[in-house]
Amino acid sequence: MSRRHLGIFTAAVLAAASLTACGGSGDDSAASPKTLTYWASNQGASLEADKTILQPELDKFEKQTGIKVTVEVVPWSDLLNRLLAAAASGKGPDVVNIGNTWSASLQATGALVEFDDAALQAVGGKDRIVPAALAAAGAPGKPPAAVPLYSMAYSLYYNKKSFADAGITAPPTTWEQLAEYGKKLSTGGKWGLAIEGANPSENAHHAFTFSQQYGGEWFDSAGKPTFDTPQNVSAIKRYIDFMAADKITNPSNAEYAQNQSVSDFANGKAAMLLWQSAGSNLKTQNMPADAYGVAPVPFLASPPAGGKKVNSMVAGINMAVFKHTKNKDGALSFVKFMTSDEEQTLLNKTYGSLPAVKTAASDPAFSAPEQKTIQETLVTTAAPLPQVPDESTFETLVGTAMKELFADAASGKPVTEESVKAKLTDAQQKMR
Amino acid sequence: MATSTTAPDADQREPRAGSPAREPARRPRGPRRSLLPYLLLAPAVVLELAIHVIPMVVGVWMSLLELTQFHIRDWSTAPFIGLENYRATLDLNSAAGKELLHSFWITLAYSLLSVGFAWLLGISAAVVLQRPFRGRAILRALFLTPYALPVYAAVITWSFLLQRDTGLVNHVLVDQLGLMNERPFWLIGDNSFWSLLVVSVWRNWPFAFLCLMAGLQNVPGELYEAAAIDGAGFWRRLRSVTLPMLRPVNLVLLLVLFLWTFNDFNTPFVLFGGSAPEQADLISIHIYRSSFKTWDFGSGSAMSVALLLFLLVVSAAYLLITNRRRDDHA
Repeated sequence: MSRRHLGIFTAAVLAAASLTACGGSGDDSAASPKTLTYWASNQGASLEADKTILQPELDKFEKQTGIKVTVEVVPWSDLLNRLLAAAASGKGPDVVNIGNTWSASLQATGALVEFDDAALQAVGGKDRIVPAALAAAGAPGKPPAAVPLYSMAYSLYYNKKSFADAGITAPPTTWEQLAEYGKKLSTGGKWGLAIEGANPSENAHHAFTFSQQYGGEWFDSAGKPTFDTPQNVSAIKRYIDFMAADKITNPSNAEYAQNQSVSDFANGKAAMLLWQSAGSNLKTQNMPADAYGVAPVPFLASPPAGGKKVNSMVAGINMAVFKHTKNKDGALSFVKFMTSDEEQTLLNKTYGSLPAVKTAASDPAFSAPEQKTIQETLVTTAAPLPQVPDESTFETLVGTAMKELFADAASGKPVTEESVKAKLTDAQQKMR
Repeated sequence: MATSTTAPDADQREPRAGSPAREPARRPRGPRRSLLPYLLLAPAVVLELAIHVIPMVVGVWMSLLELTQFHIRDWSTAPFIGLENYRATLDLNSAAGKELLHSFWITLAYSLLSVGFAWLLGISAAVVLQRPFRGRAILRALFLTPYALPVYAAVITWSFLLQRDTGLVNHVLVDQLGLMNERPFWLIGDNSFWSLLVVSVWRNWPFAFLCLMAGLQNVPGELYEAAAIDGAGFWRRLRSVTLPMLRPVNLVLLLVLFLWTFNDFNTPFVLFGGSAPEQADLISIHIYRSSFKTWDFGSGSAMSVALLLFLLVVSAAYLLITNRRRDDHA
């Protein structure tokens, strides 16, 4: 070996050493059996508020088991990227919250602990869990990749006073009614319906519901995308048309991606809102619970052949454990703690969501009008988003296509069957 | 922040071009030498490898794999697909290829315009502030503020200013001055490109100003005096004295600004919140979306490598042309 080679070799070894050194530090998975790292999703009004809500519970867990849990509340805009980075690197937290629609996508990475019968038993048993919620925790036919934590569904929130002022006595039950009422409500600088038009995930959730009602599917039984079918084109166009054709949505909503639509509803700038568990958010924005009504999301007045009676996705938050954890038993006991009756009642009450376990659902806290509507939807007319590995890509691609269509509508460009189809075809071609 | 994230792209070409040339020069001094020089070089080499070379090689390797969510955890399971990612992303008949090309033209226009305006503003301000006058120091400091602000804070403020209903820009244009009847959108549609350009120029011109101001300090006063005696007016002096004397500064400045702007990620990412409208779909955002948002790191890397090659060619051509011209002049 010449001197030069030796030099290069030395350099390479040093480089490798420095790289591993980098990898070793940072928010590594907890090495000691007495600690855990937990990434919570943002469920409350702010990251800080979530921390305040969760900390006493974590202290309780530490008292019970001696395991100290360090929590970090991760905003939704970062959560998927960070989960992906943790999955790719094998570094990061032990326990995480995931949006339940990502379950199959993250499951495909193989980074999450499978909840087979033994693991489910370790967290309290499969029978306790609400079946619809468990169906949204991984691909069908495989052990779930996560355990349901909070359950939610979309509802129609409407401003009671605006409705009364416009002489409307009951919330709309069909989209046609919603458009008609919306036109009555869109006067004097106020608008009928608020939409989070620049948020791809929100858009994609509505894409799913509308598509179901028009008899469409986003993936065929083999998991291949079927984005640009006529049913899906009609579905997307129906949703965009609230801004483009019915003009019951403020064009500004095409810019909304930071929950401004909830603020618009809370401030009375818009009379209707389609949202999941908006109650706790509205409360922090000083809208009292008696100022708004909660109704099921409408249906089509005359559904086409094959149209399904679905008006929400099974929304919710799941809890998952990374395989790279060095404290799997501790992690599972933390999942068990968080899905225990006591914590389920307490946390879901705070967040306005519903328990994912049957045994906690009977608490009177969950019989408020909002929770009753959500409960009814979940039991009767909600369906899980397709549990396929490409689901998160569907949310991004179709959600972004809809964002662009809203931008077109807002700037006065026509939104036609052809333009919708072209966007969906483009989105589909980007899938591999 | 902007410099720390974008500067490495500008730097990474130099060591590669320079190092092979340097090594043979050292060798004739005899084979038996101590390890000391290598040890002294080691920290720099380690950092260079860790920060530039290894990630670049890894990126090239990734571009040859089908690296999707199924394989992200263990790359060794990712199928090797050769140039398939390049074929798919650079196929101009496919939707992905067309979008990449569109994004490329947008980025090129954006970079040229941004660098052009930033340079024009920079040279104007530098010339105006060349002669001492009261308040010059204050103006200099003031002009540099956009460059000193953290990019995130600065750009998020712009995004608030540019919102349609609640933004200050529309408030001034529509409500106060009454220049328009309709509230225009600045962050979606055709205007988004111009909004992005304005923010980019606003952020970049102080750097041009700083470099040109420093360059002007080296222009001897006698040259201006001689030119004045010869009867040269302001424009003539600018054309025949200032600009030729600034040529070495300009050569580097324009290249660096171009590379930074072409690779700029922070500005569009913060301004548009992750996914830019198609009229302002810069290539850096486009690549980010292809890799992170659609979980296809292979094709994202293929785009990055293609971009790297393009910038290498542009930089090399630029340096060749400008060097040849300098030789001609000499």
